Amino acid sequence: MPDTVTLEAAGTLPLFTEANWDFGLLRRTYDEIEKIALEELGLDYYPVQIEVITSEQMLDAYAAVGLPLMYRHWSFGKRFAYHETLYRKGLQGLAYEIVINSNPVICYIMEENSMTMQTLVMAHAAIGHNHFFKNNYLFRQWTDADGILDYLSFARDYVAQCEEKYGLEAVERVLDAAHALQDQGVNRYAHRSRPNLGEERRRAEERRAYEEETYNDLWRTVPTPEKAAADPDGTEKQHQEIKRQLGLPEENLLYFIEKRAPRLEDWQRELCRIVRHVSQYFYPQKQLKLMNEGCATFVHYEIMNRLHDRGLITEGSMLEFLHSHSSVVFQPGFDDPRFNGLNPYALGFEMMADIQRICDHPTPEDREWFPDIAGCGDAYGVLRHAWANYRDESFILQYLSPAMIRRFKLFHVTDDAAKPSLRVEAIHDDWGYRRIRTALSKQYDLSRREPDIQVVDVDLTGDRCLVLAHYVHDGVLLDDKTCRSVLRYTAQLWGYAVRLLEIEAATDKVLKTYEAETK
Amino acid sequence: MNIVDRRPNPKGKSLSNRQRFLARARVEVKSAVQDALRKRKVADVAHGEKVAIPSRGITEPVFHHSRRTGKNDIVVPGNKEYVRGDEIPRPQGGGDGGGRDGSPDGGGEDPFEFTLSKDEFLDLFFEDLELPDLVKKSLRDTTAVDLQRAGYTVTGSPSNLSVPRTMRNSMARRIALHRPKLSDIEALQARFDEAKERGASERELAELMALLDRSTRRSKIIPYIDPIDVRYRRYERVPKPNTEAVMFCLMDVSGSMTEAMKDLAKRFFMLLHVFLVRRYRHVDVVFIRHTSTAEEVDEETFFYSRETGGTVVSTALDKMIEIARARYPTDRWNIYGAQASDGDNYGADSSRCVSLLGGEVLSLCQYYAYVEVGDGMGGGLSGLSRDSDLWRAYSEVAPAHQHFAMRRVGDPAQIFSVFHELFAKGGVRA
Repeated sequence: MPDTVTLEAAGTLPLFTEANWDFGLLRRTYDEIEKIALEELGLDYYPVQIEVITSEQMLDAYAAVGLPLMYRHWSFGKRFAYHETLYRKGLQGLAYEIVINSNPVICYIMEENSMTMQTLVMAHAAIGHNHFFKNNYLFRQWTDADGILDYLSFARDYVAQCEEKYGLEAVERVLDAAHALQDQGVNRYAHRSRPNLGEERRRAEERRAYEEETYNDLWRTVPTPEKAAADPDGTEKQHQEIKRQLGLPEENLLYFIEKRAPRLEDWQRELCRIVRHVSQYFYPQKQLKLMNEGCATFVHYEIMNRLHDRGLITEGSMLEFLHSHSSVVFQPGFDDPRFNGLNPYALGFEMMADIQRICDHPTPEDREWFPDIAGCGDAYGVLRHAWANYRDESFILQYLSPAMIRRFKLFHVTDDAAKPSLRVEAIHDDWGYRRIRTALSKQYDLSRREPDIQVVDVDLTGDRCLVLAHYVHDGVLLDDKTCRSVLRYTAQLWGYAVRLLEIEAATDKVLKTYEAETK
Repeated sequence: MNIVDRRPNPKGKSLSNRQRFLARARVEVKSAVQDALRKRKVADVAHGEKVAIPSRGITEPVFHHSRRTGKNDIVVPGNKEYVRGDEIPRPQGGGDGGGRDGSPDGGGEDPFEFTLSKDEFLDLFFEDLELPDLVKKSLRDTTAVDLQRAGYTVTGSPSNLSVPRTMRNSMARRIALHRPKLSDIEALQARFDEAKERGASERELAELMALLDRSTRRSKIIPYIDPIDVRYRRYERVPKPNTEAVMFCLMDVSGSMTEAMKDLAKRFFMLLHVFLVRRYRHVDVVFIRHTSTAEEVDEETFFYSRETGGTVVSTALDKMIEIARARYPTDRWNIYGAQASDGDNYGADSSRCVSLLGGEVLSLCQYYAYVEVGDGMGGGLSGLSRDSDLWRAYSEVAPAHQHFAMRRVGDPAQIFSVFHELFAKGGVRA
């Protein structure tokens, strides 16, 4: 890097020496950050749009779950009131930034941040999150970054039109109910893309050709078991056929209701669909909290340090940055009053810094645990690969090193409701490393964290009762109170009674039954 | 990279969401407001309020696992002493062992706390007092306005006609369109007459005649003042800088006043205060309590300390006059009086009250209101069947003074009726 050397020799001036900022300075600083991000870290991201907002606007953005446009609903007002109170009391600072996964990425920064904080925020959100959004496979698969803003603006207008046409209350009833099911309103696995009609015809012809080729009259004479004997009037078969046609079992409850609920009107179906789409948009984020924040934090840490190395930011700014950085990645122990679960910033950042260490300065232990990356010297390459191809659960399972477990002093406890006390299963020792790693990875597995609920049956010929099943693992049932209220909402959308069976996944035994009637 | 300054964008994007939320939680919020009211100071009534409401009506349930069933695996940081196989007593009440659910939507039993704005608070406050909507509006919008010159307009009433501006436009137009001046026409006429006299040729005469005709016609077609020239002075209504007001709260605190009565009185004082604060920039509140003697006290003492003794109302009026004279000259201060009592008075004192009130007090005051509070038994007015001493005495004064109002109040919903009269007259004469 001859450029840098000459600059340093000439005595590079820092980009800024005061806390104040202006638009020109933001741009110059961003250019420097971008240089580092592209040339040294090798990142690849969407174009960026930085938007400067006030703290009130930040509170507004909070309330709309971080999206710049959102349809209207009282729950967002509740969220606003909640955050506003915390903020006014001084219990909670506001986030320095909010970043929206769209193309271009929109990054909100607050006007009252100091210039150091603006630099940090740009490195963190505009570069770090941005790279992650563009590269991680879950975002690529599930999130339509190009279309999200248009869709939200459509959703907002549509909801407003419905309110005008059918009244606030009617719309609110549908939205309340749909919100209750929003966690069950996502597709967890990509469906096979449906071939178009031309494709379908071609395949049908292929099949026929194959049958003609392999036709052998002999097969006709082979006796087949008499199916009718087992199921004399064919009801069972018919039932299975109906279920197949309805696409049961179906894990996306909102989708099923939207498509099949007998009594919904078109606009109500569309509202369900809107809630479902928004929920689906957030689905990857839920599985990537740790990696997303870890990636952004790691990137801002690297960039800030490099800016400092080049003399582009002053010692004072560096200290301000370190103060803020260390409070972001602070992890209190489980017995600390401030403890509120594992801090995704802390764990994510430390794990990535740990990968960097393993790549550059491995210990014998690392060589044994991570033979493929230890000492490879290309930490950024390894990290870029991890950012692109893992989610929280698999990332931990792959990369949580013994050194990290020791550092966080992680331990694994089982809480069996049948026993009077908790039991420590594993601690940070040779015996425990793998067990802790597996248990922690499960803790980040969304399919285990969220209840596994599916539509299993619907009695279309009889009372039209919708049957849901919750597959119980390790004896963990649903929370009784919320389950009943959610079922009431479900029944309201479905229009007829809804039954939920808690089925033990291992044995198919029904443990508990809930039922909700429509009023 | 693109930088956009969004700061000028409108704030309060979530305002309508907030209103929806308040409507949803109406019942809970209202009862919280009621509670808050009891605790507040008179002068604080119009501020925003932090309210805590039970989260019952506003939960957003979703399916989630119960923490009390089955076998859960937990990995947490910060192990200091445990080794494999240790038993840890189960933490009680969502303790440290399991990851706590810190989200606002956790659906716990914790009260949900947030801050109401001033207007939201007042809305709820007034709603309880059953203010008719129209009056509610006038009460909230009562700010004096002044007219201020603000340029010119093409429409307006004749009295606002701006002659210089109109004439200037007219002259510009006349010059631009070459309207012949009267003197030009007269000169032409003179030339024509002169030519006729000296017997000029037919042709010359015809030429002059044509010239004269054209000028005359032109001056008729192009009017001297055209409607498009007319300009009116434009006025804008601007809020008038308000002056200062003082509110005297007089209350009987003798033993016969129960807590419920005092609560009613407090509501009344609060409402008057809200009104004054909206009208005046600065409002002082003076609390005078009396038994058989009167004294000026602070708010806390005024509402919450008990006194024993007789009741001599005139002492309070004396005190009020004394304070007003000493501290609140009428040329600078608008004086409002509000008196609350259960109507008892020492028999011989009533006539003195009448003379004080009808004399000096009412001449000092912009407005004086007397509320007689009852217990609220038997539904208010009908509960007070017998006229009290004070009521009878004040009734003598009332007809002669329009800015004196007296009312009986049995429960909070009636308090407003006192104000009704005030606003029915189109506001206090300031």
